[in-house]
Amino acid sequence: MSSPANSLCGFLASSIGRKWIVAFTGLILVGFIAGHLTGNLLVFAGQDALNAYAAFLHNFLHGGAIWIARCVLLGSVVAHIYFTILLTRANRAAREQRYAVEVTQKASSGSKWMILSGLLILTFVIFHLLHYTVRVGAGFQDLPLDSEGHFDVYRMLILGFSNVWVSTFYVISIAMLSWHLSHGVSSMFQTLGISTPNTRQLFDRIALGFSVLTFAGYTSIPLAVLTGWVA
Amino acid sequence: MATEPDQMAAHSASQEIPMTMNSAIPEGPMAEKWTRHKMASKLINPKNKRKYKVIVVGSGLAGGSAAASLSELGYQVECFCYQDSPRRAHSIAAQGGINAAKNYQNDGDSVHRLFYDTVKGGDFRSREANVHRLAEVSVDIIDQCVAQGVPFAREYGGLLANRSFGGAQVSRTFYARGQTGQQLLLGAYSALCKEIEHGNVTMHPRTEMLDLVVVDGQAKGIICRNLKTGAITRHAADAVCLATGGYGNVFFLSTNAMGCNVMAAFRAHRRGALFSNPCYTQIHPTCIPRSGDYQSKLTLMSESLRNDGRVWVPKNKEDSQKAPGDIPEEDRDYYLERKYPSFGNLAPRDISSRAAKEVCDEGRGVGPEVGGVRQGVYLDFAEAINQFGQATIEERYGNLFEMYQRITGESPYELPMRIYPAVHYTMGGLWVDYNLMSNLPGLHVLGEANFSDHGANRLGASALMQGLADGYFVAPATLPNYLATQKPGSVTTDHAAFEEAEKAVTERLEKLLSIQGDRSVDSFHREVGLLCWDNCGMERTKEGLEDALAKIPKIREEFWSNVRVPKSGVSSFNPELEKAGRVADFIDFAELMCIDALHREESCGGHFRAEHQYTEEDQKDGLGEVGEAKRNDENFAYVAGWEHTGDPSHPRLHKENLEFEEVKLAVRSYK
Amino acid sequence: MVSIKGQPNLLHLTLKIWRQDGPDDKGHFVDIDAPGIPTSASFLEMLDIINERLIGEGKDPVAFDHDCREGICGMCSLVINGVAHGPEKATTTCQLHMRSFKDGDTIHIEPFRAKAFPVIKDLAVDRSAFDSIIRGGGYISVRTGAAPEANNTPIPKPVADAAFDAAACIGCGACVAACKNASAMLFVAAKAGQLNSLPQGQAERTARSLGMVQAMDKAGFGNCTNQYECEAACPKEIDRSWITRLNRSYTAAFARKSLL
Repeated sequence: MSSPANSLCGFLASSIGRKWIVAFTGLILVGFIAGHLTGNLLVFAGQDALNAYAAFLHNFLHGGAIWIARCVLLGSVVAHIYFTILLTRANRAAREQRYAVEVTQKASSGSKWMILSGLLILTFVIFHLLHYTVRVGAGFQDLPLDSEGHFDVYRMLILGFSNVWVSTFYVISIAMLSWHLSHGVSSMFQTLGISTPNTRQLFDRIALGFSVLTFAGYTSIPLAVLTGWVA
Repeated sequence: MATEPDQMAAHSASQEIPMTMNSAIPEGPMAEKWTRHKMASKLINPKNKRKYKVIVVGSGLAGGSAAASLSELGYQVECFCYQDSPRRAHSIAAQGGINAAKNYQNDGDSVHRLFYDTVKGGDFRSREANVHRLAEVSVDIIDQCVAQGVPFAREYGGLLANRSFGGAQVSRTFYARGQTGQQLLLGAYSALCKEIEHGNVTMHPRTEMLDLVVVDGQAKGIICRNLKTGAITRHAADAVCLATGGYGNVFFLSTNAMGCNVMAAFRAHRRGALFSNPCYTQIHPTCIPRSGDYQSKLTLMSESLRNDGRVWVPKNKEDSQKAPGDIPEEDRDYYLERKYPSFGNLAPRDISSRAAKEVCDEGRGVGPEVGGVRQGVYLDFAEAINQFGQATIEERYGNLFEMYQRITGESPYELPMRIYPAVHYTMGGLWVDYNLMSNLPGLHVLGEANFSDHGANRLGASALMQGLADGYFVAPATLPNYLATQKPGSVTTDHAAFEEAEKAVTERLEKLLSIQGDRSVDSFHREVGLLCWDNCGMERTKEGLEDALAKIPKIREEFWSNVRVPKSGVSSFNPELEKAGRVADFIDFAELMCIDALHREESCGGHFRAEHQYTEEDQKDGLGEVGEAKRNDENFAYVAGWEHTGDPSHPRLHKENLEFEEVKLAVRSYK
Repeated sequence: MVSIKGQPNLLHLTLKIWRQDGPDDKGHFVDIDAPGIPTSASFLEMLDIINERLIGEGKDPVAFDHDCREGICGMCSLVINGVAHGPEKATTTCQLHMRSFKDGDTIHIEPFRAKAFPVIKDLAVDRSAFDSIIRGGGYISVRTGAAPEANNTPIPKPVADAAFDAAACIGCGACVAACKNASAMLFVAAKAGQLNSLPQGQAERTARSLGMVQAMDKAGFGNCTNQYECEAACPKEIDRSWITRLNRSYTAAFARKSLL
């Protein structure tokens, strides 16, 4: 009988095992996307609500929670990408010669461009982290603290999205993310083995609904800023 | 004369073999013979079993199941098939089902009844003891297949479902939708894969047996060609099992797969094995007719269609080319209803087949003209659709109608179907004794390749039963009777007989490639096949057979001087070369078949000689119904065993007389 | 369609056929002008006609795989205008007829392309990788003669029917050919699923799921990216849900084997 460690290596070396990792890390990231969106939408509840929420995140478990979350998310992103690279390389190797005529019968457009959309999302994530988390050269460090003495996330957000170029890039990236999710979420149900013939349609709708909500929710913020709805 | 290079070599080998047709039927009452025989059979110590090597050629129901079962017993097995995988053997195409005397339906079935029906269905030309054994092991087959995971049809209670098939009075047929053969084959294939994985079976796919190696009168190996690389290889063993299927493709057009061929059996015949009853061929009345000269094969459709369809052709030849809808009711000839009012459209297979041929020969056939004749009759569902509604008909035959439409482009809901008979099974084969061993010791023959169980005609759903019976249960029990007399590994591929056989094979291939004539292999196959179909098909006459026998040697001569096989070499993938070898044997075999048909001056089962049928007067005298096959039990109640003499035109006849202890000889009547 | 007069309608086609001498040859397309192709011929009969003409011209005929020509043996293949088994749904190449094409059409004919299915010659490919997957566990280990009475284990009809849906697979490899990753998941899932869903198959369920997937990976097939091109190409319309089940049973098998 093999040891669990041996078996785990076997699992991670197998096609289904690797896909399972991609799906599972995807699930974690989907959870983050949902949570992050919910939090960000507090911008519509006003300056105090959003800043209090941000402060809560930073202080929860004496500031430990956010680091745990960051580690899990970073780990997930790295694993998601690493195993995708392994799988993609194997996929390329499995079809050395391509067809002269290539026809798609069933695959969705989102599913066909997962690598491209994924790479764009990665670029965006790096920019987004530098922009709002590390706050490189955007002048956010100079913002005064809010009335509660918290860092003023609300004003940072408005200041950030007031730049049309930033907002445009943001909207395009969110579109990519939603496109990625339209295949990714339904695919996740398939790979994790959750879907059944009876629930398949439901899961496909959930995936579609989630992508639409993601797009609508996230893009509403820069649009609200640019239109002056949130100021 | 242009002929095969190895003709004389094969002949000299056959000279040394003493010719016996000892059926080795065990003593005792019919119902106890098999049990007694198993008890009396030799056993081989488990430790010694693995020293014996057995070659199995063919991986269909018979070959696949035999290879797996022999391997489970501990023998080393080498299994060969020409397909790219053992899963593709033509057993896969069987649609209907498999019989077994389980009596799950409580309708009075029993081993004895299945035995009786099979002997009677075979028109009293099979060996009783073999048939009884077949009926006995039929029940074990179902258990075995279910345990392998074969998804047979089930009832709502979760137990196995049965249906009545081919006019049987009892429901004893197990089925898996319309794909029973496929599912049974996949069961045998999975067992075979398990044994390959365990290392006891070495599988050789895309490998074709080109000759049998006979050492001191005993079968000790085969010569093969790896179809992928063209390499010629020698394989020695302590015994050889042929499970290479039937020879229906001698007719060029049949329901067999394109690759089905008689080569392995015929090569064994040339090496001394007796070929039995080649004239027993079975015609299926409801196949899709030819649509043109390019037609490569025929597709069978379930006979159940005749339950609701009415068969007709126009009364007048001139109407043959009209659209069916333009032919008024009064100008239609419902010939089966007219000629056989008691059977109507459900007249027995052979009778309705011959009736179709008759009206087409009169020029009243329908559909496209192929080679100057219209070979097709209408099977019309218009009335049934009117009576029961399209929904009911769709429920009954939807998938068949769909298949028909896919092939012909016509919807049977709108236009009457066109059907015509086609060859789909061959009852003849290499002669075997009760142990399934041919007259060549060590050469065992299983499944459709042997002659043993179906007599002159096979009952529906019995082919699958026989293949699996031979492979799972009979051969594994009887093979030790031969093996125990042999010292394992006594012959190796260094033996002079292998040298000689390989040389003959190589010379033959080189000869085929060297001709570089003007005609393709297929053109010869088509020519000899259509000649057989016309003259040795569903109705045979002395004149027709003599005509064929005059023409076949000429076809052979032209083949060996004017065939063109692409010269891409012996040593590479060359499907035309494969076909050339097979067609060369089909030509010789066609001659043997016609000789057998000519010599058998009677009609029985699938062999119908126009000269021997019941007349109006016979019917009045109560002897038999008009048009029915008239057997001649006095002179022909024997198995013909043809010995190759070196001259394919003059084989030597041997006879095994058939004795009937249990079943009384009677005239067939399905009234 | 055959006209009532019995004269078949004829097509004039341009064929672009892949020719390749052997597994190591690079391969290329050859244009063949194909006049006089009857619409009532099957696709493979069309190739027969072409080969007959090539032989007549002293040229090497096109090698392609075929056997039963009635859609059940799974030996025929071909990617026709980019679609495995051609344009008709739930139809193998041997059952595809020329009436599905129009006069003047150009038809690209390519072999099933996958590293695990090396080309033997022209359009013929070696699919023995599928056999290796079955050897990995696609069986129930029951010795001949050791089987219990068949009706001892009732199997609910829906379970038996579902198992049959999976068992309908003919092992042609169209799923691999159609998948952009040349993944064999639909085949493996159908074969494993049939046995995993039946009571007889429970004893070896864990070993089967692990073994078959391992054999699949070893053979060099790609990975499923859940695009279901396989389902669209499958001539027997095997459902993608078998892949879901395989994902589930493989993960469960891994968990059972390593954790319990």
